[in-house]
Amino acid sequence: MDEKDLILLQLLEENCRTPVSDLAVMAELSEQDTKDRISRLEAAGVIRRYAAVVDWERAGNGSVTAVIELKVSPERDFGYDRIAERIARFPQVRSLRLMTGTYDLQLLVTGSSMHEIARFVAEQIAPMDRIRETATLIIMKTYKENGVTFAVRGEAERLPYSF
Amino acid sequence: MEDVISLGVGEPDFVTPWCVCEASIYSIEQGSTAYTSNKGTPQLRGAISRYLDTRFGIRYNVDEEIIVTCGVSEAADIAIRAVVDPGDEVLVAEPCYVSYTPCVSLAGGIPVTVRCRAEDEFRLTADALAESITPRTKALITNFPNNPTGGVMQEADWRAVADLLVDHDLLLISDEVYAELTYDGNHFAPAAIPELRERTITLNGFSKAFAMTGWRIGYLCAPPEISAAALKIHQYVALCAPVMGQVAAYEALRNGEAEKDAMVREYRLRRNLFVDGLNKLGLTCHLPKGAFYAFPSVESTGMTDTEFAEALLREQHVAVVPGSVLGPSGAGHVRCAYAVSRDDLKEALARMGLFLQSRK
Repeated sequence: MDEKDLILLQLLEENCRTPVSDLAVMAELSEQDTKDRISRLEAAGVIRRYAAVVDWERAGNGSVTAVIELKVSPERDFGYDRIAERIARFPQVRSLRLMTGTYDLQLLVTGSSMHEIARFVAEQIAPMDRIRETATLIIMKTYKENGVTFAVRGEAERLPYSF
Repeated sequence: MEDVISLGVGEPDFVTPWCVCEASIYSIEQGSTAYTSNKGTPQLRGAISRYLDTRFGIRYNVDEEIIVTCGVSEAADIAIRAVVDPGDEVLVAEPCYVSYTPCVSLAGGIPVTVRCRAEDEFRLTADALAESITPRTKALITNFPNNPTGGVMQEADWRAVADLLVDHDLLLISDEVYAELTYDGNHFAPAAIPELRERTITLNGFSKAFAMTGWRIGYLCAPPEISAAALKIHQYVALCAPVMGQVAAYEALRNGEAEKDAMVREYRLRRNLFVDGLNKLGLTCHLPKGAFYAFPSVESTGMTDTEFAEALLREQHVAVVPGSVLGPSGAGHVRCAYAVSRDDLKEALARMGLFLQSRK
């Protein structure tokens, strides 16, 4: 991993559909070198997936997303890892993190309705061994996701010409 | 005219870093709306002094050698008026920003241009400078990294002209507003050369580096006797720079570095993309080492720079600036500011391609 790899990662994170020819020119590399580097980053698991950032509120599919905080009793020898691996298997769980602070695991869960999320938490997550406490926080509005601002705001006017 | 992609604007497309806006908004809420010291707030001058020392190795005394101005435009004007007597000749390294020559004339001086040529990568050479010096020459005005050429002067380049400045007892007015936008290596400030320190007026500001054009904050740094003369003019024409802008500028120096660096990285990516595209179109363009302008030659098209710029705007709705507007050495080139989004740069290149095709 060197400076050129970091430039490629930043460019791809921003727009993974940037043509390789443009990536090469911007990063001051040959096209072949650029392709090889991206392949290596994919193989090493640094690049996990190429995905779109979707504003689901605007898409209007009515889905609901919640942050779920879990207090968990860690297991001897495994800590939080085994329980986290089990929770991660649920397709409703979009992200899962171990946190410092007053709770341990934080989940981002998506469902078609508030009711569906409530059921998922009550029937799948809360009853698992070692889960001591859950808190479900419904996301009311997303202003910014993965560095992309969703709120629509008029752009300030700029003069078309100056020296 | 609709749907115009303007590469004519010498202005960052970024909005000022949010921490900077936030600090200024808060200060207004706190009622900080009054005049400041003529020279600018002590906090900002202190921060500028530390910044110039750590960043470029040039030291200026906070109380006697730094004046905060309404942009570098004002700084250039008061610097020229402070040192030029009627009838003095003032050398202006061109191509360059449009205000230096008129400001010299307004001060009663006689502007004399010195050419920076494409074959020298638009640097100022000792030969070109020597040709233009007469017994009446008082000062030299330079702007590196350069608008419009993107040319830069490294330490060796400055040392090559330093002797001439010393031998002929000339002052140097060095506009370094693009200093942070230096892509290969670091910016070199001529005042870092000891022989030049006492005869140099360093001008810099926040517009380009921190995307703060509308705030109008620049500064002038010079030895005490020159600063004192410039301050007299500043206090009559501007009194002080706007306090909101000074608060913002102070915050930019305190907490704006990461965002500034991110913007500079982005300009470099755009430069690579755009200059590569121009050369592929057959518009020969050297790789600019600083600022955010590409300065391709349009001679291969058989058109003059003005004809090219007018036709390109009329037919393909892409605005560029004819190089001859910025000095005789700019003839045959056009200035394209790549301070616009990468998508717009790609679209501009595509349209320029269509334009060139239609002329074949």
